[in-house]
Amino acid sequence: MPRYFTDEHEWIDVEGETATVGITDYAQEQLGDIVFVELPDVGATVDKGGEAAVVESVKAASDVYAPITGEVTETNSSLEDEPALVNTSPEEEGWFFRLTISDTGELEGLMDDKGYKTFVDSL
Amino acid sequence: MRGLILSDDHTTDTMEDGAPPIAQLPLDAWHRARGARMVPFAGYQMPIQYTGEGGGIVAEHEWTRTSAGLFDVSHMGQVLLSGEGLDEAVEAILPIDLSTLKLGRQRYSLLLDENGGVLDDLMVSRWPGNLYLVVNGATKWDDIGHLREHLPDAITLHHMDEHALLALQGPKAVDALARHATGEYSLADLTFMRFGRFEIAGHVVTIARAGYTGEDGFEISIPAEAAEEIATLLCAEPEVRPIGLGARDSLRLEAGLPLYGHDLSPEISPIEAGLIFGINKRRRSEGGFLGAERVQRELADGPPRKRIGLKLDGRMPAREGAKVFAGDQEIGVVTSGGFSPTLGAPIAMAYIDPAHAGEGQTLEIEVRSKRLSATVSPMPFVPHNYYRGS
Repeated sequence: MPRYFTDEHEWIDVEGETATVGITDYAQEQLGDIVFVELPDVGATVDKGGEAAVVESVKAASDVYAPITGEVTETNSSLEDEPALVNTSPEEEGWFFRLTISDTGELEGLMDDKGYKTFVDSL
Repeated sequence: MRGLILSDDHTTDTMEDGAPPIAQLPLDAWHRARGARMVPFAGYQMPIQYTGEGGGIVAEHEWTRTSAGLFDVSHMGQVLLSGEGLDEAVEAILPIDLSTLKLGRQRYSLLLDENGGVLDDLMVSRWPGNLYLVVNGATKWDDIGHLREHLPDAITLHHMDEHALLALQGPKAVDALARHATGEYSLADLTFMRFGRFEIAGHVVTIARAGYTGEDGFEISIPAEAAEEIATLLCAEPEVRPIGLGARDSLRLEAGLPLYGHDLSPEISPIEAGLIFGINKRRRSEGGFLGAERVQRELADGPPRKRIGLKLDGRMPAREGAKVFAGDQEIGVVTSGGFSPTLGAPIAMAYIDPAHAGEGQTLEIEVRSKRLSATVSPMPFVPHNYYRGS
């Protein structure tokens, strides 16, 4: 299952025609304690680069962008009661939402694991 | 995602216009060595939080509420005023009653403009022959200009920029500090809003029992060259950890204390802000200070808006700028908002129409076109724990 990364610190797992989106370990580390995650509605269409979710730390609200265009099929309901999952397991249990992939071409230009690591090291 | 860099610098806008570049404070390297994440704040690089064990805003917040936290507040302005006719000259500017401010006592006061707007809030202490002021970091250059403009030439103004300022806050702050501070009397005699001269590791320091967290604690003015030594000494105590600006903000919000530039501004009067205690009784009736007209008018007629506390339902915080509604009617705006680690719930301060400001009133806050339910709540949100003597 290939995983891609954006330069806005989202990750996206691609599995057939759907994908799972979350924020990276680097992102949660920068944000600090996460107290609330506002997820998109199931059925909503999100656009590549458009606002898809909001993550609230003690200090500030940050937008999470959709890495690709698609229709939201599922959101992580565990985050409602336990938003801190994004801190403790950002790249597994703390996933945000799943969506359909409308254009696989949009995955081109995203970074792979190695590319993202190089990108973060350069920050 | 965007908004990753945790910066809380309301001075950024003004700094783009040829203001001085970001400067370093005496403890800059000390913070970095302890894993601090530094951000620009009030014109300085400041620690917003620390990384590693015990680091993070919530952990630092809880540590301060249960043990003791060391805050570097050296960005704040320390100003010494002296000269013939000092009290009279200062009373012409500040709404303070200096006739009742005894040696060794500290008092909260306000710097108002001619229209009664708040230019800054500050602490005024009576030193032998001097008045010692502590003003906010972001406003200190304007404050000094304002004071110099309005004070007669006979009054000397000394900006103590060769001094650093540390705040040691929390229920165990006294235990840690007592092991190092020696003086003519014990820290137990130093009750809330008193100060005195002490020595720490051979350095002469001034310690005030005050702070900005709602907890018992101290503000310690020290020579800049002794800052690293004293900070290291205090943080070596088991009760003490360094705490960043992030927790300082969540602590003061829980304590119901306004933050200048957010909850206080030149558009806001002290009566609207609920800071009547910053205007001493004699001055309320006599007037004779800058901005007295508006203050006296709002005292008589009531202010057009009022600073209140709000507890929000659910977990989604409302931030500065969020609009407050009573039904369909927009009645005010949030000026500070965040998540309270102590209460485990979002809290906010807002300025609203006094008609809706009654405790227990249910209001709504608009966040990203959603309406969040909130209840008007008394402040502080978390009880103060000041030491007023045994």
